[in-house]
Amino acid sequence: MAKESFFRPFYTVLVLAFVCSFLVSLASVGLRPRQEANRAQERKKNILLAADLFTTEKNIDQVFATIQPRIIDLASGKFIPENEISVQQFDQLASTNDKQRSRLLPKDEDPAGLRRLEKYSLVYLVKKNNRLSKVILPVRGKGLWSTMYGYVALNGDLKTICGIAFYEHGETPGLGGEIENPAWLASWQGKKLYDDNGKVALKIVKGKSKATGEAALHEVDGLSGATLTGNGVERLFHFWFDKQGFKPFLDRLQQEEEKNG
Amino acid sequence: MAESTSRQLLTHPILQRNPIALLVLGICSALAVTGKMSTAFVMSVCVTVVVAFSSLAISLVRHHIPNSVRIGIQITVIATMVILVDQILKAFYFDLSKQLSIYVGLIITNCIVMGRAEGFAMNNPPKASFIDGIGNGLGYGFVLMVVAFIRELFGSGSLFGYEILKLSSNGGWYVRNGLLLLPASAFFLIALLIWLLRTMDPDQQENN
Repeated sequence: MAKESFFRPFYTVLVLAFVCSFLVSLASVGLRPRQEANRAQERKKNILLAADLFTTEKNIDQVFATIQPRIIDLASGKFIPENEISVQQFDQLASTNDKQRSRLLPKDEDPAGLRRLEKYSLVYLVKKNNRLSKVILPVRGKGLWSTMYGYVALNGDLKTICGIAFYEHGETPGLGGEIENPAWLASWQGKKLYDDNGKVALKIVKGKSKATGEAALHEVDGLSGATLTGNGVERLFHFWFDKQGFKPFLDRLQQEEEKNG
Repeated sequence: MAESTSRQLLTHPILQRNPIALLVLGICSALAVTGKMSTAFVMSVCVTVVVAFSSLAISLVRHHIPNSVRIGIQITVIATMVILVDQILKAFYFDLSKQLSIYVGLIITNCIVMGRAEGFAMNNPPKASFIDGIGNGLGYGFVLMVVAFIRELFGSGSLFGYEILKLSSNGGWYVRNGLLLLPASAFFLIALLIWLLRTMDPDQQENN
């Protein structure tokens, strides 16, 4: 055992802390490109999963190439031309820290706990025979512990959910973490977003939904042991599909489609 | 224990001095990751790597560690190893790291790692400490794999994700045991395993 003096513990700890932090930062910086690539791939995979386009037979990048990413202005719902902001370089989450490209949400307009809302958002369009067949929208919102990041795919009618997927969250594994469970995610298929008055009507109910007929199309079975995470998911839908979120864009897209059709 | 050979250091922790069965350390993660054999396997490998290298590192500098701050230093070394493992998993085995989620980070609090650092590596040369670390990792892994084998086979009807017993929910004949899907079932399995080991080897029984 080393001799004890007053200063010895201090500089031993200092040296150790230096060596350890050097190793950790080396790994973190050195491996970051690979990890980023993995994350980007994971996001693409989840976009495909939400839109029900994912197959194990085809390469993710190949399938992804058939999807058209676009940038929209959330408030007006208009497409932003590629020469103004390039899709390749646009980082939506980073733009929430940019004062020019985002704004602070007042508390009462912020049910999903976002704090800042970006001005522009990415959307992904899937076309079939020149007609819009699916739209995939990025969403996020606070769950119990963490912000949950995911995608919601809508069918061509822009009212029916084609599928949803979450790609990043820090909810309790086995409880709130079950928002990743494919069986639960599948139960979202075919649910209707809006009621007759155009209000977001989706609800996550405790236990099994008992509603029948029209009402059943607005209700999703809750996850047991994950009521608060479920509330977060519900609030996220209410935020993103109302006028603060994608509603202006969806309305505009609907009009365009009707004109074309 | 000074006269124990490398071979004993490596093999004793598997049955005679198993960290889970005899010392009852590291139970928490043994409950959490044993639902599937693949996660249990990765977790075993990660813990083995972390125990071995943290024991090695601590043993190398054991003459320089002041007694008053030794626990803090051990934790720092262990935490560094765990972060390195986590980063490497995220870079090269992304799917696995997603499945293990928070449990990799929790290796830091796995009592086995700290137990070996404090109980063995502080007083033994690097080579012996390294081998002792691998041995304890294997012992931990052995219990994990046994528990995961039973839980996955009878809980999900599969092994390493391959279907063995066709589940009734998929139109087969086997009705799954729902209890085995829950982490708490590992308590029963580990208890049965401890009973078995201590019956086979009465030396492990505690004297009242």
